[in-house]
Amino acid sequence: MLITCPYCGPRDVIEFTYQGDANRERPNPASQNLDAWNAYVYDRLNPAGDHNEFWQHSGGCRSHLRVIRNTLTHEISSVAFARGDHASTSRRKAEGKS
Amino acid sequence: MAEYSAFSLLANALKGNKDWKPAWRKPDPKASYDVIIIGGGGHGLATAYYLAKEHGITNVAVLEKGWLGSGNVGRNTTAVRSNYLLPANTRFYEHSMKLWEDLSHDLNYNVMFSQRGCLNLAHTPAQFDDYARRGNAMRHLGVDAELMTPAEIKRLIPALDMSNTARFPVLGGLMQRRAGTARHDAVAWGYARGADRRGVDIVENCEVTGFLRDGDRITGVTTSRGDIRAKKVAVTVAGSTGRVMQLAGIETMPIESHVLQAFVTESLKPFIDTVVTFGMGHFYMSQSDKGGLVYGGDIDGYNSYAQRGNLPIVDEVMSEMLALFPGLARVRMLRSWGGVCDMSMDGSPIITTGPLPGMYLNCGWCYGGFKATPASGWCFAWTIAKDQPHEFNAPFTLDRFHRGHVIDDKGQGANPRLH
Repeated sequence: MLITCPYCGPRDVIEFTYQGDANRERPNPASQNLDAWNAYVYDRLNPAGDHNEFWQHSGGCRSHLRVIRNTLTHEISSVAFARGDHASTSRRKAEGKS
Repeated sequence: MAEYSAFSLLANALKGNKDWKPAWRKPDPKASYDVIIIGGGGHGLATAYYLAKEHGITNVAVLEKGWLGSGNVGRNTTAVRSNYLLPANTRFYEHSMKLWEDLSHDLNYNVMFSQRGCLNLAHTPAQFDDYARRGNAMRHLGVDAELMTPAEIKRLIPALDMSNTARFPVLGGLMQRRAGTARHDAVAWGYARGADRRGVDIVENCEVTGFLRDGDRITGVTTSRGDIRAKKVAVTVAGSTGRVMQLAGIETMPIESHVLQAFVTESLKPFIDTVVTFGMGHFYMSQSDKGGLVYGGDIDGYNSYAQRGNLPIVDEVMSEMLALFPGLARVRMLRSWGGVCDMSMDGSPIITTGPLPGMYLNCGWCYGGFKATPASGWCFAWTIAKDQPHEFNAPFTLDRFHRGHVIDDKGQGANPRLH
């Protein structure tokens, strides 16, 4: 399996570390909503088909990536830097905007 | 259905083996049942068998998408053991071990259960201490365990690299002598025949495509062979639990599906007469009765329903094999295959009522489901028949994650790829 890192180009999967389901949303650290924390820690989407997931190019440029990969065929349809949307979401949350 | 005995073998041999009957019928599904079991793997068939045998519930259908033995029960490395640390696991798997010990007799079907032992190798003093602790925990609960010295291990497995120049020299090991292997296909066939002749319908090539509901309550299933109603619907589709639960409208579960590869070499003369595991990586190996070395390692490490793996794990498993057994460098690998495992968030299974009314769920076996087959079926049948768990599976509920009562034998946290 090859993953095309947006910075380094196509590289073998052994250079990457899987970081799981990218649909989970971490609750606000001050949140005391136990259901939200439980869902974040334990519950996962587990589709047979396209899966939205995080990988880190740990053996290369070390970027965190958001990858759309088909769990039936291992086919990868999209790779992007994870920082864009995710970082901006957490920053918005930290500033108390939603 | 044929009973197997020395006499029937001889009689059929003399008649050229022409008169053997099929081991189970091929019935068309009826319009309704007391219990539908989705998934004709080892656990589903065992559940049907114990429902009929222990609880007298025989109006049961087992629905299998493919053919019997096409899923995980035909894709494992056949090891059976009960060497766990935590009491919930030890009690459950030891119950399984006791059922294994009598299974061929109980089923009148030779499952070729072979108590050749299972040895975990230790390569650091800390790991050896850890095994001593686990062995003590096992013995407290009446399970056999013994620590072995390098000299004893060298006598037991002459082919193992016991030199000080090994990459990870062996300092000792933890042996469970009652552990061993069983013939995986025979387990499926034996349970299938046992359930069938007690009246259970085993319906192959019948894919479940959705659930029938009355409000929240599950009242049956829609299948590729028509709608079937049932008072109780049991789901035992480990590997595909995510997919099947989505049909019931449950999008997230504390489970990820991962692929685990296994391998077998060409047949050799007797080479190793126990199950051995490598403590410094993840590798386990035994020799089948046919002579092939059967072995495997880690899961590939990312969600997959592919039933085939990728090359990096093949490479890693082979390296670990050669680190232990340099003498196998020129042995040819005959076959490899992948099975899809439900990796749960704490590495332990789920056998429970619910999560919807009328539904019963058995899943989350990670890659240790085969050894659990008898106890899984036994406990699940109890849970279905009585609408409450037996004490052996009471800790394995779905809500244990939300209650904070996880059963994390490896201490890896909510990280399925590490279990």
